[in-house]
Amino acid sequence: MENLLELKNVVKIFTRANFAFSREKVIYALNDVSFSMDAEPKVLALVGESGSGKTTICKLILGLEEPTSGEILYKGVPLYRWLKENLKEYRREVQIIFQDPFETFNPFYRVDRILWTVIQKFNLARDNNEAKSKIEEGLEAVGLRAREILGRYPHQLSGGERQRFMLARAYILRPKLLVADEPVSMLDASLRAVFLDHLKEFKRNGISCLYITHDLNTAYYISDYILIIYAGKILERGPVEGVIRNPLHPYTKMLINSIPIPDPNKKWSDKVNIDITQLQKVSGRETVDGCVFYNRCDYAMERCKDNIPPMKRVGEQEVSCFLY
Amino acid sequence: MDTILEIQDLKVYFRTIFGDAKSLDGASLRVYEREVLGIAGESGCGKSTLVEGALKLVKPPGYIHSGKVLYNGRNLLELDDEEFRKIRWKELSYIPQGSMNSLNPVIKIEEQMIDGIISHIDISYPDAKEIALEALSDVGLPSDVAQMFPHELSGGMRQRVCIAMSICLRPKIIFADEPVTALDVVMQKLNLQTIGELKERFGVTVVMVAHDMAWHAEVADRIAIMYAGKIVEIGTTSDIFGKPLHPYTKGLLDAVPSLERRFSKSIPGIAPSPLSWPSGCRFHPRCSYKMGVCEEIDPPLIEIEKDHFVACHIYGGR
Repeated sequence: MENLLELKNVVKIFTRANFAFSREKVIYALNDVSFSMDAEPKVLALVGESGSGKTTICKLILGLEEPTSGEILYKGVPLYRWLKENLKEYRREVQIIFQDPFETFNPFYRVDRILWTVIQKFNLARDNNEAKSKIEEGLEAVGLRAREILGRYPHQLSGGERQRFMLARAYILRPKLLVADEPVSMLDASLRAVFLDHLKEFKRNGISCLYITHDLNTAYYISDYILIIYAGKILERGPVEGVIRNPLHPYTKMLINSIPIPDPNKKWSDKVNIDITQLQKVSGRETVDGCVFYNRCDYAMERCKDNIPPMKRVGEQEVSCFLY
Repeated sequence: MDTILEIQDLKVYFRTIFGDAKSLDGASLRVYEREVLGIAGESGCGKSTLVEGALKLVKPPGYIHSGKVLYNGRNLLELDDEEFRKIRWKELSYIPQGSMNSLNPVIKIEEQMIDGIISHIDISYPDAKEIALEALSDVGLPSDVAQMFPHELSGGMRQRVCIAMSICLRPKIIFADEPVTALDVVMQKLNLQTIGELKERFGVTVVMVAHDMAWHAEVADRIAIMYAGKIVEIGTTSDIFGKPLHPYTKGLLDAVPSLERRFSKSIPGIAPSPLSWPSGCRFHPRCSYKMGVCEEIDPPLIEIEKDHFVACHIYGGR
């Protein structure tokens, strides 16, 4: 069976503004990223810190940016052909949930308009009654009551309700793939669980999800597979249970160590010991020699500096590190 | 432990066309000397308003309806703006929410810090510069940061600059509003540890507002849980996590996803609106232990055990 989505050696280079006397600077936002999602519905989590290239991947998949080199295939067909020949179908099958539930709504219109527009544009209903029942069904799927939500303005909904409303919009379209870019980072802990449970429910209904986050806790909660990305490179990937319980890459270990445990008896035992000045160089590297994590790695060796570690298979996980 | 700051029945309301929004509706709290007090709760429960009220920073349409903030035997809310401005920063400093984005993008870090110092104490420029540089090294930033512009720093480093600014004048109390929100996990850990160290090194008291219970578990000595404009439970960190009393606290703890527990439960229902809080106990529409009395009488905050206060009828609240 062909893959739903496949990224092959994708590179995305941003060029920094070129002032009269300075040399032109290039930044590798994504550096040789390959991964795929198979046709069976799954939740794939893409975890990385700010500036690691998570959102760039999201934009590339949606066709909002073009890769500098490499290929993105959706259902085995290159993305640029989808965008050129069959954009509407692609938009219907690949949907997005953005991070900020407050900025995705137009405050002047009632929220209903969003769902009506979707139904109109994609010809999902033959008449008003069918449209209405579709809307109700969509809202029900995300645990919202149509009676309480419809006819209201965005400011009258809470953050959690707005985010779920967007989920309802996606659900009405019955997409194959839902790209969720930090969907819960603006929500309270008590609302996060509700939202994530709906994503899980979607998976059972045949909708795959690419869940982009910096939060390993929520990634662990909902995903099947996990990709750890750092400075535009995938450092580790594998089934979520394996990566969390038995992290291989030093960066993954550091991330897991940094997560605060909600238990006062289990405080961090170690201190973060990194040169803080190195941190600012994380986002977007200008060179491609050596391991991207070299500067911050406790186990850095001589050969890490000049050679790029290849992806190596260890058990069910894959890791890009010379330690293995 | 000595009380350094006491907030008594503080009410901060916001005027709206539908009437007053009672965002903070009678919060009482003691802050002990040299502790880290965490304030937790959902968004909209009044955490930030509590801090703004205590520092008299409420902006219109908000206003301080009533209440007292006692510090050094004086009610801070009775001071006029100029008097308050003098002790703000010098004795009570504040790290506002999202402060890392509030630095002036066209002024060097150093200049911004010196500017703040000179406007609060009578000091020469070179001395102020020395204070600024020392504060930067206190939070572990290299001295060349002083010469940089905010855009040259990462979010976490900018946040540290703000922490450095808040300790410049060696205040007695630092109010930090969501100090690590919007940073990635490694940076969160680094900055939380820095805040914890400030307490040890300079003997300051820290009041930290944060929505994530896990952060409180790491650094707080005591935690106050807020719901719907009121404090529903206060206790030591080990009490709050070990034997939470209020049903809301229990719900809040259960809702935190973690790597150790792969499921989490959410609290049913949604947070009420400050325009019309529910009658009686404000948590009753969402509470699974609801009794008849809960709908009518608002339970007072009573001390169940030493230093463990709760406002709930289950524990014999009168």
